[in-house]
Amino acid sequence: MTIDVKVYGPGCKRCDTTAQMVADAAAKLGAEVSVEKVTDYAAIAMAGVVSTPGISINGKLVHAGGLPDDAALEGWLSDAR
Amino acid sequence: MSTQTELPPVRRSGMVQTLGLAAALVVWWLVYRQLIPISEWLVALLPVDRQSHAGEALAFFFYDVPKVMMLLTLIVFAMGLVRSFFSPERTRALLSGRVEGAGNVMAAGLGVVTPFCSCSAVPLFIGFVSAGVPLGVTFSFLIAAPMVNEVALGLLFGLLGWKVALTYLGFGLALAIVAGWVIGRFRLEGWLQDWVRDIQSGTVTELPEQSLTWPDRYEMATEAVRDIVAKVWIWVMLGIGIGALIHGYVPADLMARIMGTDAWWSVPAAVVLGIPMYTNAAGVIPIVEALLGKGAALGTTLAFMMSVIALSLPEMIILRKVLTFRLIAVFIGVVGSGILCVGFLFNLLF
Repeated sequence: MTIDVKVYGPGCKRCDTTAQMVADAAAKLGAEVSVEKVTDYAAIAMAGVVSTPGISINGKLVHAGGLPDDAALEGWLSDAR
Repeated sequence: MSTQTELPPVRRSGMVQTLGLAAALVVWWLVYRQLIPISEWLVALLPVDRQSHAGEALAFFFYDVPKVMMLLTLIVFAMGLVRSFFSPERTRALLSGRVEGAGNVMAAGLGVVTPFCSCSAVPLFIGFVSAGVPLGVTFSFLIAAPMVNEVALGLLFGLLGWKVALTYLGFGLALAIVAGWVIGRFRLEGWLQDWVRDIQSGTVTELPEQSLTWPDRYEMATEAVRDIVAKVWIWVMLGIGIGALIHGYVPADLMARIMGTDAWWSVPAAVVLGIPMYTNAAGVIPIVEALLGKGAALGTTLAFMMSVIALSLPEMIILRKVLTFRLIAVFIGVVGSGILCVGFLFNLLF
């Protein structure tokens, strides 16, 4: 099953880095993911993200504010499989 | 940061890191005390006369750059540790449903310690307002967060001494509290952009609490140092470079005439000049120091600095997405008047 990942952020450098980190972690685990970057302010706020970048996995918010931790990211992805 | 993975007990308790940190502090202190001899030695190596304009400027530069960078590192690290205990989500939970007044005071204080990046300003604003944080209280937070930060305080402390740094802290907080309270009094909730008002407060999501160990916090603080120093070092160098030129070449009483206490109009002029300028505290404070050294009045220079940091056009353009034009005008008016008061008051006091 494809894991649905959303990265919330208005398009700052950290947000791009975060999206890349998700893709890298998924590649490492061999997991199939679709990464969507959400840049619309209303959509970011609707998701309950106060500090960017935020990450949701299969619709559940798992992280907000700053770059995620590599190990934690892999943990979330493997939980979602 | 490997929070989840198994760590040997020694590493988890952070003994090794704490000892390493203590050792680093000692080394820091020893080097810091030797900065003047080192800078003099460096100038002596160069083929310039120490007493000349160039010699003065170089000595200023060689002393100030390492001094400022070292102080910045120390203060950003300490602040990083403090900030690891806060998050915007927790701050929002603390502030939601607060009454104005006490809420403004809390918001300004939390603005100083909550990790905040200007690219999150809009989601944060919406997140606060939609969670029931009053508009005025949200503004107190948004004014304090960029203005009273560790970079500004660290540089002021390093270059101008603790009295100025503490006064700046006090006045910066007071400005954020009063301006936010005044904006709250105006009841301007209707002046938000329509779609912001439509966002329901039911969207507050709680993230699972992370339990952080001391090594985690050290690591977060180190990360903050790396991040901030990488971002501001060029500004510090530029600022000190310009400062060094002013220090070496500008006649001592020139600034006293243009920016001295007697020229009352210089405070409003400094505020207006500061609005279109956009730099961070790191770039503007070394210039402030040099201007002060040449007789500019403290209130005038601080008003300039606050205006540059707190009222910037790029930030207005970002906030335009959530605020109507009228609300931005009120924001500029209230904060600008506040900065004017701070400027005049400083000139009276010092």
